[in-house]
Amino acid sequence: MHLIMTDQIIITPRGRPKQRPHWWWNAVNGWLLILPAAALLVAFTHYPIVATIRHSLFLVRRNGTEVFVGLDNYRAMFDDATFWKALINNFWFALGTVPASMALALLMALWVNRNMRGRGFLRLAFFTPTVLPMIAVANIWLFFYTPDYGLLDQLRGLFGLPGWNWLGDPSTVMGCLIVMVIWKEAGFFMIFYLAALQQLSPDLEEAAAVEGASRWYTFRRITFPLLMPTTLFVAINAVINSFKLVDHLVIMTKGGPSNASSLLLYYIYEVAFTFQDSAYASTLTVVLLVVLSTLALVKFGYLDRRIHYQ
Amino acid sequence: MRSYARTMFVGALATIVLMPRMAAAVDLTMYYPVAVGGPVTKLVDDMVGRFEKEYPDIKVTAVYAGNYTDTMTKAMTAMKGGQPPQLSVLLSTDVFTLIDENAIVPLDDLVADKAWFKEFYPAFMANGQIDGKTWSIPFQRSTIVLFWNKDAFKEAGLDPEGAPASWDEMVAMGKKLIKKDASGNVARWGIEIPTTGYAYWMLQALAVENGQRLMNDAGNEVFLTAPKTVAALDYWVDLSRKDAVMPTGTVDWATLRTDFLEGKTAMMWHTTGNLTAVKDSAKFNFGVAILPAKERRGSPTGGGSFYIFKSASPEQQKAAVKFIQWMTAPERAAEWSIKTGYVAVSPAAYETSVMQNYAREFPAAIVARDQLNYAVPELSVHENGRIYKFVNDAVQSAVTGAQKPQEALAGAQQQADRVLKAYK
Repeated sequence: MHLIMTDQIIITPRGRPKQRPHWWWNAVNGWLLILPAAALLVAFTHYPIVATIRHSLFLVRRNGTEVFVGLDNYRAMFDDATFWKALINNFWFALGTVPASMALALLMALWVNRNMRGRGFLRLAFFTPTVLPMIAVANIWLFFYTPDYGLLDQLRGLFGLPGWNWLGDPSTVMGCLIVMVIWKEAGFFMIFYLAALQQLSPDLEEAAAVEGASRWYTFRRITFPLLMPTTLFVAINAVINSFKLVDHLVIMTKGGPSNASSLLLYYIYEVAFTFQDSAYASTLTVVLLVVLSTLALVKFGYLDRRIHYQ
Repeated sequence: MRSYARTMFVGALATIVLMPRMAAAVDLTMYYPVAVGGPVTKLVDDMVGRFEKEYPDIKVTAVYAGNYTDTMTKAMTAMKGGQPPQLSVLLSTDVFTLIDENAIVPLDDLVADKAWFKEFYPAFMANGQIDGKTWSIPFQRSTIVLFWNKDAFKEAGLDPEGAPASWDEMVAMGKKLIKKDASGNVARWGIEIPTTGYAYWMLQALAVENGQRLMNDAGNEVFLTAPKTVAALDYWVDLSRKDAVMPTGTVDWATLRTDFLEGKTAMMWHTTGNLTAVKDSAKFNFGVAILPAKERRGSPTGGGSFYIFKSASPEQQKAAVKFIQWMTAPERAAEWSIKTGYVAVSPAAYETSVMQNYAREFPAAIVARDQLNYAVPELSVHENGRIYKFVNDAVQSAVTGAQKPQEALAGAQQQADRVLKAYK
């Protein structure tokens, strides 16, 4: 993030002959240069978005014909309790995973940024959950949460506590999934924080030490503000991930019990592929799209201006 | 001379290159669902291998795509993507959806002699015969049976050979079978009925036993709010919430077998397809019984049947029929039943000497078949995937205490009515 800025001055047209190509030649050149990227973007991002929005206004009959129904799908969606359940779940899921995994990531990064023995091993250990595929992780944690003879209940058993049906009870299932995802995500975000910490000039910290600032004060007034660009980047990614991560649901709960752990994207999958209702799935996708683009707008339109980039 | 040598060379080369192609004239892709423990994929691969040896001009590729729902999802998605399989084993109840999607062909015109259809148990054919046409051939078929741990029964002072015959008896026995550890926590439950995966199936069993069917023949109406359906769910919920013989919360379909094998529950309701897997790893004596009765005995049939896809070429469809006939022949059906626990699909399979010997030394093997006398077709309507979700959600809401059974089922009925309206 910090490296890109420096190169831009070099490309001044100093040594060139005076007569310039026509102004439009520059424009054509420019367009040609972005053409490959633009073509891919249009084909795989913009066109699908437009097609999805269009599709959400239609109803697909079993024989394949489409009927224009206007906003009917959206009206059905507002009456669909499962949709609201999944959306609200997703809100709690984001609230549960994002701040916690970021705080943990920062804490771990600060810890393994110091000179100490076994630093490499510790970094590796923190990063390992990220490397594991989500499906494998879900299977491991499924064993932790198995009632009675799962790891967690065996630990409870040592204290004479009864077994608890962690994933089979609506009151605990979401918390269980949140804990697992924090464990999985924190190591990944730690890498970003670690990279950012290593970019910080040690002069600042030394200067603060000379001035007699406490370590907490140094962190609060120097380190943390300088990490803000990273924090923003990580936050956006974490929020987007909280809408994107659904692999574990397939293994662990299938969204149950009774949709208590269903998330928006998982519900879209069910509607699109299990129910084969592509029109309604498009409608739900539009909602997901609106949520995510709102987040992106907040980042680029508001937060970016308030953050100090070095 | 040189040109002769060259011709020879080219001819030889062509022979080498073309030989295996000519041998495998027809390629078939088959999707196959796995819903139980044990080495099911190995068994199917082995049978496919033997079939290919007998019919070297047909090549079958079995693709394992997860459980029934996953496999149906994969088949539908592949079809929309333009590359459907030529045949597949899918839930026998997916027939309406497959017909609605214009995905499959009836077998009537593909077989030389329709007498073949009569070789199978009518109970298994029921789901696949609609409007006088036969759309599927049963293969991986089951009923729900009650597994009980004889050692636990003995320990609890019950007759180890006597499975519960009625609902009340099951509760009474369950209470005696509960075992608590030193700190008063339950170490062994009386009974577990799975509430994830196929909760609608278990609800149907209870409803049938209570004298209530769940759907009409046309497949466009469900009876979830009928008093006897509600009473069935009440009984199920009470097992954990009132009688405390079953754990609270959902009981997972996939780990229930392990619960039983670990002695965490003395009885379980599960598909007979798990029988051989349980037999191979149980460290205690166990028995298998038909499900207990309220008004009557009963269980829905379950499991998967062969379907042939419309988009397959005529040669492929013919080859698929050959393959299905080979797989469901009495000897193979018997072998399949012995190795998995699924019900062999034809009476002739039970006449084979290998099956008769097996049943003599292991009588549990024929319990599920005997239950066919009381069996009803599995819940099968249009928009099956959706309806199953409504029912599963209702059952889960009820067993977790989020909603009362009446309330949960009323919600599901309302949703189902809205979806099925289009098919009336």
